Amino acid sequence: MRLDDDLLQAWVDGALEGPERAAVEAALAQDAGAARRVLRLAEQRRLLHERFDPVLLEPVPERLRLARPAWHGYARAAAVFAFGLAVGLVAPLAWRGEGGPAGPQATAPAAGALPARAARAHLVYATEVRHPVEVDASQEAHLVAWLSKRLGTKLQVPVLAADGFSLLGGRLLPGPDGAVAQFMYQDGAGRRLTLYVSARARDEKQTAFRFAQEGPVSVFYWVDGRWGYALSGEIDKPALLRMATRAYKDLNPP
Amino acid sequence: MDRDQVSAYIPNLRRYARALVGDRHAADDLVQDTLERAVRKFHLWRPGDLRAWLFSIMHNVFVNQIRARRIVPSAEVDDSIAGATTPDWVTDARDLERGLARLSAEQREVLLLVSLEDMSYEEVSRALGVPVGTVMSRLSRGRERLRRFMDGEPVRAGLKVVP
Repeated sequence: MRLDDDLLQAWVDGALEGPERAAVEAALAQDAGAARRVLRLAEQRRLLHERFDPVLLEPVPERLRLARPAWHGYARAAAVFAFGLAVGLVAPLAWRGEGGPAGPQATAPAAGALPARAARAHLVYATEVRHPVEVDASQEAHLVAWLSKRLGTKLQVPVLAADGFSLLGGRLLPGPDGAVAQFMYQDGAGRRLTLYVSARARDEKQTAFRFAQEGPVSVFYWVDGRWGYALSGEIDKPALLRMATRAYKDLNPP
Repeated sequence: MDRDQVSAYIPNLRRYARALVGDRHAADDLVQDTLERAVRKFHLWRPGDLRAWLFSIMHNVFVNQIRARRIVPSAEVDDSIAGATTPDWVTDARDLERGLARLSAEQREVLLLVSLEDMSYEEVSRALGVPVGTVMSRLSRGRERLRRFMDGEPVRAGLKVVP
């Protein structure tokens, strides 16, 4: 058998089946030159993997994330929005009409912005593998004191352990009316919830519990006193409602 | 469109793009343009091999970028990964990247899809829209050229490969 170039590289690339493969291997055993050449080809593959495989483990940059609620046909706009959110440029009203919630929003535009902002912040940070939170739960006291100070209120962190979710940590975000706090929870399966606490906008009315579906993210939100709260997650509605109820009770002790 | 399905391939698209164009930012630009195009064209995708479809889109975007001269066809060396490793490794990595940069864009695409992505010749043929025979000859020439460069042998354009 003549070991031509195509055969050798097909062997290296695992493109040969049964008898053909065996024939090449038999011929290689008799042909030191071809065997050396095959080793060089295999070495090239190995070097390429060694050099470029680390890219697979790098965190995917924000601009390449696809986890956006208005994803279909809006990828570029969504990337711009995410960037705007990160630097605090996007007014919440910019969200409306982009697959936002139906119903109550029509009569309460400002309140409608809260779940959208919360869902966006949820998508941006809950998908983060390496840096989901700024301060993790091991420093919970510091986290709560810090965010309380920045928001100018005494924040409580609801306990959602009954549903298997424990506090992962939190971060400070820019909002339309100043600082926003985001607390993140995670369960044993790695599912994440975020509680978004934002100052109530001037034209925002108090609301009871409301539900909004923002793309893949379900949000229960309410506006109470000076504050708007939103609990977001990509989990089923009854479980989310149960936890939102618990969060509400923790935040408003009798 | 299932974004999770597509998202699963983003690391692979990034690895391939990094090897293809060398520079980290140019590579991520290529990935971003590819994803945006995939979103726009998703209605054209028929359930089947999503990976091959995404790489074929990246190929088209890459060719367009070369035509528009947004990408210099020969790659520059990106030292960001090599910097943290051992001296031998760095030397090898730089030689490897310099060698890759000396291949034609067509040779580099085929070589990387086969070597890094483990695509079959048929899959590469579909992703790049060229016959299998062309895939194999580009692969063979690209490999030989890279080998000669890494071995310090003279490499000239249009070198004939002796089997």
